[in-house]
Amino acid sequence: MGDRTGAGSWEPDLRNTGPSAGKTAANASHPESPTDSSDPEATEIVERARFDRSLGLALWFLKAGPVLILAILILIIAVISPVFLTTRNIGNVLAQTAVIAVLALFQLLVIVTRGIDLSVGSTLALATVVGALVYQSNGSGAGTIMIMLVTGLVVGLVNGFLYVKGRIPHPFIVTLATLTLVRGVALWLSDGRPIQGAPEVVLTLGGKSMLGWIPVSTIVVVGTALLVWLLTTRMVWGRWIYAVGGNPEAARRTAIPTSSVLISVYVLSGLAAGVAGVLTMGRTNAGAPTFGALAELDAIAAVIIGGASFLGGRGTIGNALVGALMIGVIRNAMNLANLASFFQLIVLGVVIILAVESDVLRGWLEQRVRLMQATRS
Amino acid sequence: MTPQGLEPVLRVREGTKRFGGVLALDNVDVEVFAGEVLAILGDNGAGKSTLIKCISGVHRLDAGVIEMDGIEAAFHNPSDARELGIETVYQDLALFDNLSPSANFYAGREMAGPGWLPTGMRFMRRRAMSVATREVLDRLHVGLPDLERPVGLMSGGQRQAVAVARATAFAARLVILDEPTAALGVREARGVLDLINRLRGEGKAVIVISHAMDHVIEVADRAVVMRKGRVVGELIPTRESRQQIVSLIVGGEG
Repeated sequence: MGDRTGAGSWEPDLRNTGPSAGKTAANASHPESPTDSSDPEATEIVERARFDRSLGLALWFLKAGPVLILAILILIIAVISPVFLTTRNIGNVLAQTAVIAVLALFQLLVIVTRGIDLSVGSTLALATVVGALVYQSNGSGAGTIMIMLVTGLVVGLVNGFLYVKGRIPHPFIVTLATLTLVRGVALWLSDGRPIQGAPEVVLTLGGKSMLGWIPVSTIVVVGTALLVWLLTTRMVWGRWIYAVGGNPEAARRTAIPTSSVLISVYVLSGLAAGVAGVLTMGRTNAGAPTFGALAELDAIAAVIIGGASFLGGRGTIGNALVGALMIGVIRNAMNLANLASFFQLIVLGVVIILAVESDVLRGWLEQRVRLMQATRS
Repeated sequence: MTPQGLEPVLRVREGTKRFGGVLALDNVDVEVFAGEVLAILGDNGAGKSTLIKCISGVHRLDAGVIEMDGIEAAFHNPSDARELGIETVYQDLALFDNLSPSANFYAGREMAGPGWLPTGMRFMRRRAMSVATREVLDRLHVGLPDLERPVGLMSGGQRQAVAVARATAFAARLVILDEPTAALGVREARGVLDLINRLRGEGKAVIVISHAMDHVIEVADRAVVMRKGRVVGELIPTRESRQQIVSLIVGGEG
């Protein structure tokens, strides 16, 4: 005790004094003073600084990774295929990405709380079936949209309540159950057949374009993204979502309403499935119990390859949107290259593995950063 | 060291707590004054944790009273204790690793408006929270490399400092620290001890549970030794009384 081998930025007074109120005086932050270059300690500092810098660079790269990969992907495809960057094709990509993007934006919230929502694809299908049936019976556009959103909301509520109040150990189980259950209900209500017809509003939202090529569904995505951005970065509830994902036990102790927060993310995810249902119905002019098959996996994949952490607590709307766009671009490129669809599946699988592996790598690098902070002299 | 003629900030009178057949606290009397660091010492299972959990509102005493400023205080849960100005830093720190220091400070009590909206729907005053957090950290001389960085990227000592500073910011009267230096290296432990000294300088009452005798001797004004749920001794910890403290803890003759 008492040997002053240099202090970190906040370890101040090394005097070995007895207990007295007077010893609170301290010199807090003394900058690391450069030492002689011949000093072995100095070379160590230099080496450590170099290591520090490469760590920081690696972490930055992991953070920017998805955006960089997307940019490189777009660049390569644009060089190979002259069609890729035409407004018509861009409109295509955007329209195909819209459903995944809406689902991913809210799957993100679920994943931030360390959860997962597998039921969104089925919920999307049920929403289109219910919407088509309602449209057939009364022809109201607003009524159709309303009932579709309510359908999503109800499934979300069921998920949330079963998970939180039913004390089912993991949302995977709950939403796996509703995945089957809801798909079953959709098949039952529709007799397993598509139902033709959709109101004008829905057709516009899901199928029309503006200025000749910008899909209206993209505007829906942008609007939704803005709302989620407001929620996650500006509103108290959003902060609580991250708090619950970061440390559920601490959230409980700090009087954050953990149960309500958890239920809310499943409700929002269900609602998003309703919105995605509206877009799908508009694009196809029908409701069908087979819509949205595996859409939940696209949404989850988008969140993960976009760079959010599957372990919870971390991820932004940027991650969800970039991930969704990456899936859309990969699919589009494969179509343009006339590659069979099973290649899309293989490529997507590889991308997911890379994304999760880079999340693991990030965790390891951050561990190093923590150690550096502790040993820095 | 004990300030004379003053009402203690907190006093436990004849505190008794039972868990089934086990007498975890047996007629415990403890008091702590403003600007004083009180160490609670004892072997594992001596009742230290039970005592601080009663003080911080996690448990309720079966018999006996807890007084704040000489007035009996009824705690039913940790929020009650918090409202009376008692904050506790547990060993696990209860930090949100994915959030910045200021988000950690204000988790569950965010500065936000407008007031007519339900709490969750309000918009956060992020700048104000940042500024207030920086003020507290500066006041306590906790220098962090980057205040926007998530707490998870900080070292053990920095995290401990953030947790203690958070408690201090909201504890009007009493800060309870459970093993604040246990997981830290020598240098980082120094920083935390210094921080405890500053809390005293701010006139807070501080209760520290620690096994690190050197740290107790250095930082505590007074020590209460517990064994098997009872207070078996009270003294001023110094290098000279170290042996005496140890024998009180283990129950030897001394």
